[in-house]
Amino acid sequence: MPAEQSVSPKMIVSGSPHIHGPESVSKIMWGVVIALLPALAVSIYYFGLPALRTVLVSTATCVALEWLIQRFLFKKPGSLQDGSAVITGLLLAFNLPATLPWWMTVIGATAAIGLAKMAYGGLGNNPFNPALVGRVFLLISFPVAMTTWPQPQPMFGTAPAGQPAVEIGAATELAADALTGPTPLGVIKEGLQQGLTIDESLKSLGLSPVEMLTGQRAGSLGEVSVLAILLGGLFLLWRRIITWHIPAAFLGSAFVFAAILHAAAPQAFPPPGFSLLSGGIMLGAFFMATDMVTSPMTPWGKIIFGLGCGLLTILIRNFGAYPEGVSFAILIMNAFVPLINRGFKPKRYGC
Amino acid sequence: MKTFHKGGVHPNDHKLNADAPAQILTYDGPLCIMVSQHLGAPSVPIVKRGDKVKRGQPLTENTAFVGSVVHAPVSGLIQNVSEAPDTGNFARPAIFIQPEGDESEDFIVDDPTLNREIRLSPGEIIERIKAMGIVGLGGACFPTHVKLSIPKDCKAEYLLINGVECEPFLIDDYRLMLDKPDEILVGIHILMKALSVQKAIIGIEANKPKAIALLKEKAAAYAGITVEALKMKYPQGAEKQLVKALTGREVPSGKLPVHAGCVIQNVGTCFAVYEAVQKHKPLTERLVTVTGPCVESPRNFWVKIGTPVSALVEACGGLPENTGKIVAGGPMMGKALPHLNLPVTKGLSALLLLPEEQAHRRAAEHCIRCGKCVEACPMGLEPYLLHAAVRNQRMDLCERHHITDCIECGCCQYTCPSFRPLLDTLRLGKSKVNQIIRNRNTPHQ
Repeated sequence: MPAEQSVSPKMIVSGSPHIHGPESVSKIMWGVVIALLPALAVSIYYFGLPALRTVLVSTATCVALEWLIQRFLFKKPGSLQDGSAVITGLLLAFNLPATLPWWMTVIGATAAIGLAKMAYGGLGNNPFNPALVGRVFLLISFPVAMTTWPQPQPMFGTAPAGQPAVEIGAATELAADALTGPTPLGVIKEGLQQGLTIDESLKSLGLSPVEMLTGQRAGSLGEVSVLAILLGGLFLLWRRIITWHIPAAFLGSAFVFAAILHAAAPQAFPPPGFSLLSGGIMLGAFFMATDMVTSPMTPWGKIIFGLGCGLLTILIRNFGAYPEGVSFAILIMNAFVPLINRGFKPKRYGC
Repeated sequence: MKTFHKGGVHPNDHKLNADAPAQILTYDGPLCIMVSQHLGAPSVPIVKRGDKVKRGQPLTENTAFVGSVVHAPVSGLIQNVSEAPDTGNFARPAIFIQPEGDESEDFIVDDPTLNREIRLSPGEIIERIKAMGIVGLGGACFPTHVKLSIPKDCKAEYLLINGVECEPFLIDDYRLMLDKPDEILVGIHILMKALSVQKAIIGIEANKPKAIALLKEKAAAYAGITVEALKMKYPQGAEKQLVKALTGREVPSGKLPVHAGCVIQNVGTCFAVYEAVQKHKPLTERLVTVTGPCVESPRNFWVKIGTPVSALVEACGGLPENTGKIVAGGPMMGKALPHLNLPVTKGLSALLLLPEEQAHRRAAEHCIRCGKCVEACPMGLEPYLLHAAVRNQRMDLCERHHITDCIECGCCQYTCPSFRPLLDTLRLGKSKVNQIIRNRNTPHQ
């Protein structure tokens, strides 16, 4: 059935509606890219050229691979203008240590686009978030490289964090070669294994809440600055690319669950505020879990999805083998999306 | 400000040149009157070639309850009783009249003074409305007398008057409210009497402040009629959404608004009812908007039913050179016309001329499962799911997910960032499911 057909002399005949709203896939995707820019700028500020290199390698591999697969496997003219490959590339890079060897980044990008996205038929058909699949693929394949975190070395010298009791004046000496060190969550996990209490671990970390917010901490390239991510998240909400449901449910349930654990055993579980500011939970809540393709369709479905993500994140962080659980939590909840879509229907009119 | 709460979209309202006065379109050529201009059982012509007819003389008859008739808009000679293309370019029975002389039926009162005194009884009103061929002028053309005959198990409490005009570009209801407020209000009183309801609410969207102010002022002199300004949102003019916006009630799935105690009439219909009952005039002319981004001076015309639409376009400065699509009605629910050799019918509210660059659809892309169609659907359906179900021939799934509740407002397709033809497939699936339900309910013989 042709969608439109031309009858004498040149009038177009097609079904209503005859106008279309302002939204399009490429506008949405480029909107997400814009929202990622603040966090990108901060990560280049803290991690320097290695961050830029990782982002470029990841994005270039994703875009090139998507084009090649579309062109030679799908036999369609390669179209990249929807921008989704750029997002996958950026988000994958955001989830990697800035100093990861470039060829590992290429492998991760290949897994993200090839395995997680194009193998299912491309944009819109993938059940799992491609960037997270790429990250987890790398985490399992190269566990050491993937947990070797560079310490932030700001371009305009202030003290790098994670270095206990360093005076600001001493920063210039330290900012020499790439320093590595554990992430705040890693410090907590290791501390617990060594029999330290939460308070002692936090003290040895020596991070103020402001440093946690601006991103002066070790971690994945794009996850460190909570403020930059919030800025991008607000942009997404304002542009109506995402709704509040998933971030609110994700962060809310994580906060409540972490608070309950912390109240039950203050020295075994970190405080809830720390849980929200550390690791990739902000990046996950605003950019990864809200991925349209792999999240539920209805408001209630989104809330359930977000709740699950938050609970699983805290569960994995505190009781699992890994210090961080955001990627796993979101991927697990991705698997439930078809079920959630079945179970949580919109409220029908007149039923 | 009130509105409905589920779904809906906010297209730019494009009410171009809305304050231009209405013009009477003079056209002396032959008229083509479609035999059936209503929703329901088809009518039968009662005139033949060579007959002379007076203005207002009935041209067809219809014995069915859900049926309506048409009348001669002019006195003249029946040239032919044959066929003419309808909006879908299918040949349908039509009557051609060559205007001649100036004879009118004696019962027509041409005196334009306002007559507020309603002499007819409720039964007589309904009878008169049927005889004068009044149908819903909002576009659906459902016979008005049927809506006024309340089923035994229902009780009408509210008469809701649709002055919403939520479709972008359309300005004919707005013009009518400004030009004929008293006639509309008397028409509402007539309908209230026919329905024996005490309360009538006129719903008007907030982008028409002049109409709201004028009708509020005038309505003070009419018992039981209130005017409600509504927040702008499409499709507020859809019956079920208007019921929700004005009364807070919901029409049960598969039922009529009267099951929620409401009867809805368009402002244009109210005016036609006034003319029919107080002036004994059959419905032979209506107000039509001619508009579009490239139309030199968009405006409204009083035009006789049966005038070719090309005459309307000519009166507006001719077809703009880059016209790519001609839409009968608004851009959200209107029908694209194949050409201009079609007659004006009772249901034609507007001619919208869209330039070539706005006439084409963009190629559909993959569904990115953004859920915007679910968010936009005012009926709470899942267009993405129904679209897939129709394409996979899963009519059972379509039925289970309430495809028959779809009001075909187009919000899903309007909002879809992947430009998917959601409403095309939903329309198809809806008609298939309705057919399946009809077959199931028909006992085997």
